[in-house]
Amino acid sequence: MTHTTSTLQLPEAPALLGTKGWIFFLAAFITVCAVVPVLNLWVPADNMFHMSDYAVALVGKIMCYAICALAMDLIWGYTGILSLGHGLFFALGGYVMGMYLMRQIGTDGNYKSNLPDFMVFLDWKTLPWHWTFSDSFVATLLMVVLVPGVLAFVFGYFAFRSRIKGVYFSIITQAMTFAAMLLFFRNETGFGGNNGFTDFKRILDLPIATPAMRMTLFVLTGWALLMSFLFARWLVQSKFGRVLQAIRDAESRVMFSGYSPLPYKLTIWVISAVMCGIAGALYVPQVGIINPSEMSPANSIEMAVWAAVGGRATLLGPIVGAFLVNGMKSWLTVTAPEFWLYFLGALFIGVTLYMPQGVVGLIQKISAKKKAEERV
Amino acid sequence: MNLGEGTALPFFMGIWMTCFSLPAWARQLALRGVCTLALGVLSHVSALALTTEQTRALTLGDTDARVTALQKALASPDAPTAAFLQAMADDAVKVNGTQVLVVRDGQAFDPVSGEATALPDTAEDVINNNRMRGEIDAALSALQLLSPDAALRVQAAKSVLKEPDPTKLAMLEKALASETNEGVKKQMLLARAAILLNSNNADERFASAKTLADSQTPDTQLLLNQRLSQEEDKKVRAQLQTSLLTIQAALSWGEKLGALFTGISLGSILLLVALGLAITYGLMGVINMAHGELMMIGAYATYVVQGLFRQYLPGMFDAYLLVAVPASFLAAALVGAVLERLVLRHLYGRPLETLLATWGISLVLMQGVRSIFGAQNVGVENPSWMSGGVQLLANLSLPYNRLIIIGFAVFVLVGMTLLISKTRLGLFVRGVTQNRPMASALGVNTARIDTYAFSLGCGIAGLAGCALSQIGNVGPDLGQNYIVDAFMVVVLGGVGQLAGTVYAAMGLGLMNKLLEGVAGAVLAKIAVLVFIIVFIQKRPQGIFAMKGRSAEA
Repeated sequence: MTHTTSTLQLPEAPALLGTKGWIFFLAAFITVCAVVPVLNLWVPADNMFHMSDYAVALVGKIMCYAICALAMDLIWGYTGILSLGHGLFFALGGYVMGMYLMRQIGTDGNYKSNLPDFMVFLDWKTLPWHWTFSDSFVATLLMVVLVPGVLAFVFGYFAFRSRIKGVYFSIITQAMTFAAMLLFFRNETGFGGNNGFTDFKRILDLPIATPAMRMTLFVLTGWALLMSFLFARWLVQSKFGRVLQAIRDAESRVMFSGYSPLPYKLTIWVISAVMCGIAGALYVPQVGIINPSEMSPANSIEMAVWAAVGGRATLLGPIVGAFLVNGMKSWLTVTAPEFWLYFLGALFIGVTLYMPQGVVGLIQKISAKKKAEERV
Repeated sequence: MNLGEGTALPFFMGIWMTCFSLPAWARQLALRGVCTLALGVLSHVSALALTTEQTRALTLGDTDARVTALQKALASPDAPTAAFLQAMADDAVKVNGTQVLVVRDGQAFDPVSGEATALPDTAEDVINNNRMRGEIDAALSALQLLSPDAALRVQAAKSVLKEPDPTKLAMLEKALASETNEGVKKQMLLARAAILLNSNNADERFASAKTLADSQTPDTQLLLNQRLSQEEDKKVRAQLQTSLLTIQAALSWGEKLGALFTGISLGSILLLVALGLAITYGLMGVINMAHGELMMIGAYATYVVQGLFRQYLPGMFDAYLLVAVPASFLAAALVGAVLERLVLRHLYGRPLETLLATWGISLVLMQGVRSIFGAQNVGVENPSWMSGGVQLLANLSLPYNRLIIIGFAVFVLVGMTLLISKTRLGLFVRGVTQNRPMASALGVNTARIDTYAFSLGCGIAGLAGCALSQIGNVGPDLGQNYIVDAFMVVVLGGVGQLAGTVYAAMGLGLMNKLLEGVAGAVLAKIAVLVFIIVFIQKRPQGIFAMKGRSAEA
């Protein structure tokens, strides 16, 4: 070993996923693309393996939430910035898609007008300016990314530049989504007021309520979730991701080492917002409604709970958390509606007090302990 | 139809009796005829006092005729007329054939002589439709122009001014002639001017327009504007416009002061809401998202105390607030102490976790209240001394409940400042928050001080809830509406700064209400939120940044 280097040897970048990881990933991929469609569309309804439409809709919805939880984890779990305004980005993505779907109704609305029903109701004669490109699907896809992205960029730039940290940042993001909710509740804003958008009929000129379309949206959502997972995995393992974690753990030290945290924080903040926007855009055609209550501070804060329950700073955690919490929600709100808030509240308290690492963190801890015992 | 009274009566009686054997439609027709006849008779009767004929005309027949009779009666008002009209308004008048009776407490009286008579079994209620009722009420209020009570006379004149009605002119003139009180006279002259504003005589209109410039109310403004739109006489037009300008100048002062007052009122509410948070968040650094729910507990405590008073001490109902204030403080402080011991204690130094845990607590508290009291809003009644207000200008009145809450906010602020700066407990709280290990080394039981300080903050939230119960709805969502505002105030004022909290609360309250006048409530609220977001970018530490070593902590 005569060869010496003066530069620091960086550890080799780990593989994106281990062998086991890829097997799980493939299994999930096949489940989403093949197993669920077959079980729902081709297995007859009386068969015990049949997956009901209700279950498909529920899982599709939760997968959208899981993308949000993943986005929340990137900004909170990995960068240490708790956003209480991610519901706004989710809703904005949803509203962009909703505008397109409203235009797709065409003249089939209650008033047989070219304009969406709520505009006829308000006695508007032409579309407002912000509806200009809403009839183009390509423009809509672009806006789904751009609207939350640009808003997050502007907001984040000013917030991070002034070094607003911790709770202050959380509270002003909450103010942001609260202000936006008030704005969207107004009829004059041009987004349907408190009714929002609903009663969609078509997407890409195809009827939206058919089993085939529902399954297509489901598969698309599944892909989006799996791709988000891979992307997030790649991101947190890269040098960029390690700087983020360093910012989370000791921001001052990162700055003393010659890094400016601003571009790092801003990038992950925008990425996180765009992921939420995409989730929202996938959510709306499946659920069939979008209204300003999606922007309420309570919804945003619930996203933080999905990430916390599953386990922050793990990538599987938020997905598990979103499925656990929302699964419980849809079960409890049907069987014992009055207990749902007790349960959710207890979850907030219990997880922060006793399970700071979440479910996945707990499992990892237990398995690490077992391994250590085996070694002994 | 120049029938004498003596011959007419039996004739009517005959028709009246036959009426009951006829079908309904025919009866109606016959009655109408009777009334027209009766009116004809009336015009020949002396109009000095209430007569039997008048009572008949007022009670029998169709509404048009009765209204005419009513206006006639008003032209020569006297005490029995007033009493009779009051009886009509109270549905205490019955007719038996053509005999009109006033029935009070089961005893019938003759309306003219006032003598008690027997109540025949066939007596029927007089039916007053809505129009008739409205006319009777208006007449009664006009009759108050002659009331011996000056306050009632002023009120009556004001109501005439509000809805000028030419038929009341005669009455007004009569009242004016006998009026001796200058203040009342002025008010009556205004009322007279309001009626004469639509007279056919241009000179009268001119004089009225000039007089009305002294009555600076929105109602007068409306009257003058209405006249202005129809007026053709140039001279009168000019005078109308001058008067309107005078009124507008006076009213705009009232509007400005009104906006200022509502701003201060909102500011005092925000201050109450934020003061508790200034302790739990400002001093202790606990992000208590359940702060709003502690306010809700205070409000429900007020509701319970109110209910207990109503049940067991109805005579002392007006005093219930005196008990409710400490009760709401104690209830919220107790819940706060339990929370601190069970949950928050384990989360000190982890602000984001605290935020989530307290949010969870807020959900549990909200649902708890729903389970106990139901999801609907509950009614909290103001004590009687809180209703009403001070009328400062024509369009500016300050409600007592708002004034009392402003005073209450000042009281809580002063009390809290004294508690923190002058008492031993306050000294300990400051010591522990500034340097925990040192305070501990000097023998302060820091854990206990934490609990005290937190429950003090929660108790003040409870006081805020008690105050809110007096001006708004009390329901499970009460806290949710204020939590964002409360944090804005504390963050804007600067964490750990009581003075900053006061300035921020007042500033936000005023800004919100002044903007509301320009842009409407929702846009004003949005503008305020955006302002706060921008402001924090510029001054992340709030208006009053902490200086020195503790600034970075």
